Amino acid sequence: MTSRQKAWGLQALALIGAGAVLAFFAVNAVGNLAARGMVLDYGFLWQRAGFDIPFHLVAWEPSFTYGHALFVAGVNTAFASVLCIALASALGLVLALMRLSGNLLAGGVARVLVEVIRNTPQLTQVVFFYLAVLAVLPPMRQSLSMGGVAFLNVRGLYVPAPTDGPWDTIALATLGVVLVAAVLWRRLGMMVPRLFVLPAVLVAGLALAGWTAGWDVPVLKGFNFVGGVRLPPEVVALVLGISIYTSAFIAEALRAAIQGVHRGQGEAARSLGLTGGQTMFLVVLPQAMRLLVPPLTSQYLNIIKSTTLGAAIAYPEILQIFARTVLNQSGRAIEVMTLVLGVFLAVNLLVSALMNAWNRRLALSGR
Amino acid sequence: MTMIGTMLHRATQLGLATAALLAMGVGMAQAQLAAPPGPTAEAIKKRGVLNCGVDTGVPGFAFQDNAGKWKGLDIDYCRAIAAAVLGDPEKVKYVPTTAAARFTVLQSGEIDVLIRDSTLTFSRSTQLGLDEVAVNFYAGQGFLVRKALGVSKAADLQGATICVITGATLELNIADFARSTGAKIGTLLFDKPDEAVAAMEAGRCDGYTDDSGSLAGMRSTLKVPNDWMVLPELISKEPLGIHARSGDPRWQKILFWVDTMLKSGEEYGVTQANVDQMKTSKDPFVLRLVGVEGDFGKQLGLDNEWSYRAIKAVGNYGEIYDRHFGPKALDLPRGLNNLWNKGGMHYTLPLR
Amino acid sequence: MIRHPFLRALVGTRLNLALTVVMLALLAWVVPPLYGWLLGHAVWEAPNRAGCAAAGSGACWAFIRARFALFFYGIYPEPERWRVDLGFVLLLAAGLVALRGRGGAKLVALFAAVIAIDAVLLVGGVFGLPFVPTAQWGGLMLNVVISAIAIAGALPLGIALAFGRRSTYPIIRLGSIAFIEFWRGVPLLTVLFMGLILLPMFLPNGMTVDNLVRALVVMTLFEGAYMAETIRGGLQGVPPGQSEAARALGMHEGQVRMKVVLPQALRLSIPGIINIAVDLFKDTTLVSIVGLFDLMGVVTQSLKDTSWSGLAAEGYTFAAIVFFLSCLVISLAGTVLERRFAVAHR
Repeated sequence: MTSRQKAWGLQALALIGAGAVLAFFAVNAVGNLAARGMVLDYGFLWQRAGFDIPFHLVAWEPSFTYGHALFVAGVNTAFASVLCIALASALGLVLALMRLSGNLLAGGVARVLVEVIRNTPQLTQVVFFYLAVLAVLPPMRQSLSMGGVAFLNVRGLYVPAPTDGPWDTIALATLGVVLVAAVLWRRLGMMVPRLFVLPAVLVAGLALAGWTAGWDVPVLKGFNFVGGVRLPPEVVALVLGISIYTSAFIAEALRAAIQGVHRGQGEAARSLGLTGGQTMFLVVLPQAMRLLVPPLTSQYLNIIKSTTLGAAIAYPEILQIFARTVLNQSGRAIEVMTLVLGVFLAVNLLVSALMNAWNRRLALSGR
Repeated sequence: MTMIGTMLHRATQLGLATAALLAMGVGMAQAQLAAPPGPTAEAIKKRGVLNCGVDTGVPGFAFQDNAGKWKGLDIDYCRAIAAAVLGDPEKVKYVPTTAAARFTVLQSGEIDVLIRDSTLTFSRSTQLGLDEVAVNFYAGQGFLVRKALGVSKAADLQGATICVITGATLELNIADFARSTGAKIGTLLFDKPDEAVAAMEAGRCDGYTDDSGSLAGMRSTLKVPNDWMVLPELISKEPLGIHARSGDPRWQKILFWVDTMLKSGEEYGVTQANVDQMKTSKDPFVLRLVGVEGDFGKQLGLDNEWSYRAIKAVGNYGEIYDRHFGPKALDLPRGLNNLWNKGGMHYTLPLR
Repeated sequence: MIRHPFLRALVGTRLNLALTVVMLALLAWVVPPLYGWLLGHAVWEAPNRAGCAAAGSGACWAFIRARFALFFYGIYPEPERWRVDLGFVLLLAAGLVALRGRGGAKLVALFAAVIAIDAVLLVGGVFGLPFVPTAQWGGLMLNVVISAIAIAGALPLGIALAFGRRSTYPIIRLGSIAFIEFWRGVPLLTVLFMGLILLPMFLPNGMTVDNLVRALVVMTLFEGAYMAETIRGGLQGVPPGQSEAARALGMHEGQVRMKVVLPQALRLSIPGIINIAVDLFKDTTLVSIVGLFDLMGVVTQSLKDTSWSGLAAEGYTFAAIVFFLSCLVISLAGTVLERRFAVAHR
């Protein structure tokens, strides 16, 4: 009983302590704001933004509000994050397997790559990839033309954009059906492997959507191509820079996790007649996941936060649009920074919660 | 199911904690104007050092030389103020501030004065509780473009993409300019000029925009400077100057008159070299300027040698300008930054 | 038939042969121009950028030479720089002792002592050493100081939080989770901004905290949260049989944790901890946004000097090389540690 009381006393003390610190900060902030004649006010979110966002996946006009700009920039951040997480995971697995392959050249190359990548600042790498991408692409007037409908140059990749017609409904419906079917395939009692059916459904649906749409083809007019959609080189550089950087860390975490699996496991698998590949993918990797998930979560969260490096190479993400442009225009430092912190916190908590759920499932099934 | 349940439960708890924190922030909203903070000049004298907010590095205005010593037009202003108030131009603590942080550190009292190539705008003046006491550099936003584009004025930039440094009024000016002229000008926002210029040279954008003071220096650092030209026209007014918190009029008066003394020095021919001889001048304006006659210093709560020391430390405004923007430095014509009687904008109040 | 194992690994199979050819072609394409710029046509002595351009077409290393001391010490007063050197040597020596991979508690005491001595050395104001305000610290020295102190603080914090997250007491557990998830959920740049720029708003009027101290606190808390997750991963990797056996031997809960579970968990976490240390070292470049001039900040700053502006490639190449070498040292030390502990175990 006493130890139980002591435990609760300890916890209560911790709670009071944390509360006191927070209250102290809050009281001071109120006093300081008052003393300086500043008013905390989020009303600026409904003011006209007036600036251009050069790359946006959802609609944007300078006449929209600051609040809308936060949403547009948030979508850009999410877009880059998703691409980076997919690419970094794949590259990380490749690097880790290269290092563990026992092949002299592959192992050596992976080792050197990992060392170089993780030992130079990430920002330097992102800028390097940006300048490299820009150096490789041809200038405006010498664009690579693909059949006269798509163009590649230093300003980006221009492709025709679907304009009107029921294409978006058809495309979304196809995507939805395929996703649901992929998840529930077995429960639906399907006999054919889903890999044979679903890609075909997807292609057919998208082709139908494309056929019903009108197409806006990019044309060179004045300084720039007009019309179509454009994938700017900033996206490519940012995704390359962050993915390659993070893949080195994922590779190391993966290697540590694989080596953390008891050696007897691999030996037992091989003595049962499994091949090297089977041993790795069916026996070792599943067990390694248990050790891998916590550091992998950290790396994924890192990726989401690293997208803020886009501010250095003109990729319009939350930090650039909100913590730079909007903060500067409105001068509302505390309001803007609390919003940026809040958005990142919310997204990362969600990702973290999902990864922790996965971790818990692994830990339970493992034993 | 239970797993998702626990997860949601946990997420809710965390969410509640976050919401509580944010709510505390919103709760601070009720605030009103209160008594101003104590006299800044007294605090500086007691401390023995002037906390001067400057740029983290911009050619001509504030940069460090090979030995790490701060140089530049804004730096000379900090030194002049320290010489006037504390009697020693070296007694300055330079606080490098980023564009995002500059006004916040001034508001929070970490610096006494902000001299950082900054423009005061209506909203900054009313919402941030700051005043621009004096203007030490009249700039305007200009464009650097590739000659091959065949553009001769800013209005020709219809459809062009311009590389811009974020965190200043630059991007907003472009948007306003485009709106007023009906031209559609795309912008590409960078954190630092190095990447912006590299992208421009690679052809990612058609030009670069910045204050006229910086553009001249920027062009000379390009790989082939002759491929590029600065458009003659400026699309904005950027009166860069000395910023102070509202609410300490005495401190603002000191800052204002130090600036006036530096400019008057040029007008009356008082230089760093001849300021001692000028003590025996026959011109009553000069005698007041170097503190031989009158008690201007005392009226500001300083001693009468204050303006003498400022000029002795950094020279008059013309000398400061020449040191950093003259033919031997960035080579930017004086233009608006000349005295009023030489076709410029610097028109000072009379010393009497 | 190729017999030699080295050759066989390069040209033995068709895949290896192709890889080798591709690598050689790549090297032939990249190396000559790179060599020309880096060394071949480089200029080592010139008064300014114009002088460099006149003397050769390669890199202008004269720029780096002219500001070399600035890159390493910032504006730390010249006659006092021996203190920085001595402090660094002490830290390095302690690191070498740690590499032997033995003596847990003694090592902790050694590092604590070295950090205390270094703090006195660098700050001064006692024992006849002149006081050097942190505003004058800068360059690579600042990167080293921040990472050393932050890692020293983050490790115990991370251990406490990792155990806290597994605690059976709900408030401790939820508190740990909230703390970890908050710090992992926000970009370092934004919390640094909050801590350095907005902190005065959250403190009593007139109270100030040294800028460097603020950066240190933020970095320590931030990296502590990451450390906690890495160590938690290690804790999960320790078989439950270990603590059950220890309990069966009559150890009490504290002993089980500190003597049985923690050492094994830390051994498993070494690669992760090294990752964090390397990450932290590079993250220290972010402090330049809040007005502290670390190596990267000094490089950026130096480009604003009109006699050198436009030499970004040289400046950032130099910084990248310095960071690469520094991080490589940490990385290699980690590999050695990993191996030492692995041998001890298996």
